[in-house]
Amino acid sequence: MGTLFQEIAFWVVTVVAVGAALLVVTVRDVFRAALFLVVAFLGVAGLFVLLNAEFLAVVQVLIYAGAISILIIFAIMLTQDVQRGNSPTALRPLALTASALLLAAFVYTIVQTDWRLLEETPLAAATAQGVTQVWQDTPRWLGGLLMREFLLPFEAAAVLLLAAVVGALVLVRER
Amino acid sequence: MEPLQRFLIVSAVLFATGLYGALSLRNVVVVLMGIELMFNGVNVAMVALSRYVVPATLAANPGSATDSALRTVLTGQVFAAFIITVAAAEVAVGLAIVLALYRSRETVDITDASSMKQ
Repeated sequence: MGTLFQEIAFWVVTVVAVGAALLVVTVRDVFRAALFLVVAFLGVAGLFVLLNAEFLAVVQVLIYAGAISILIIFAIMLTQDVQRGNSPTALRPLALTASALLLAAFVYTIVQTDWRLLEETPLAAATAQGVTQVWQDTPRWLGGLLMREFLLPFEAAAVLLLAAVVGALVLVRER
Repeated sequence: MEPLQRFLIVSAVLFATGLYGALSLRNVVVVLMGIELMFNGVNVAMVALSRYVVPATLAANPGSATDSALRTVLTGQVFAAFIITVAAAEVAVGLAIVLALYRSRETVDITDASSMKQ
């Protein structure tokens, strides 16, 4: 990976994200778990920055670290069951085995696959220039993609959000 | 190790951590947090593949300097944006269900909520 700075940034961000994610599922206090979840979200935003997805990094900070974590913290405050904590169910050994096996399968596949990478298949000059342009001006190209190829899913997402808002209101309505 | 593989392994670790949390923990809110971690793992994989693999597919394509071909480079990021949207909707409905459950049963323990009836 490019420069030394990127290398250091990758490891810092990875340790923060993965460490915070592990703490979310191990810490006993639910409120602390929610705070570690925010740290994990910010770490993932850092990964997005390293992957040339600055727009998604901003979206991640606004929606995940901002909105979703606030909703979760509200839910914890409203269901005052914090003292009972975050203890595992009887399924814990099974869950641990299943997750470990799945992780092993993922890592095996990732390492074994013969990825067709950009470094090995050089692009034509015009294409390479175009790709550089896309990486430099991501939001504009994302907008073009959403408004042309992904117009139908984009409109469906709007309906989904409306349905979710109405559904949430119906569920919490006082009877 | 290739940069792509590192990012994919980070995403796999996030996904497995979230899966463990969602399957093993007692508190419904923490189960939702585990699901959010799984969403994040998938998003990292989407963006990493869009960064390292999709541009390479343009090399085989002769007319790849046109705008519509270049736009495909960002497909993974669009998928990630949709996943974030769906995750926001999911967490809103999920937490509404948690609150409804807490109101009717005074609990957020999934082992106490084995029936959806009032």
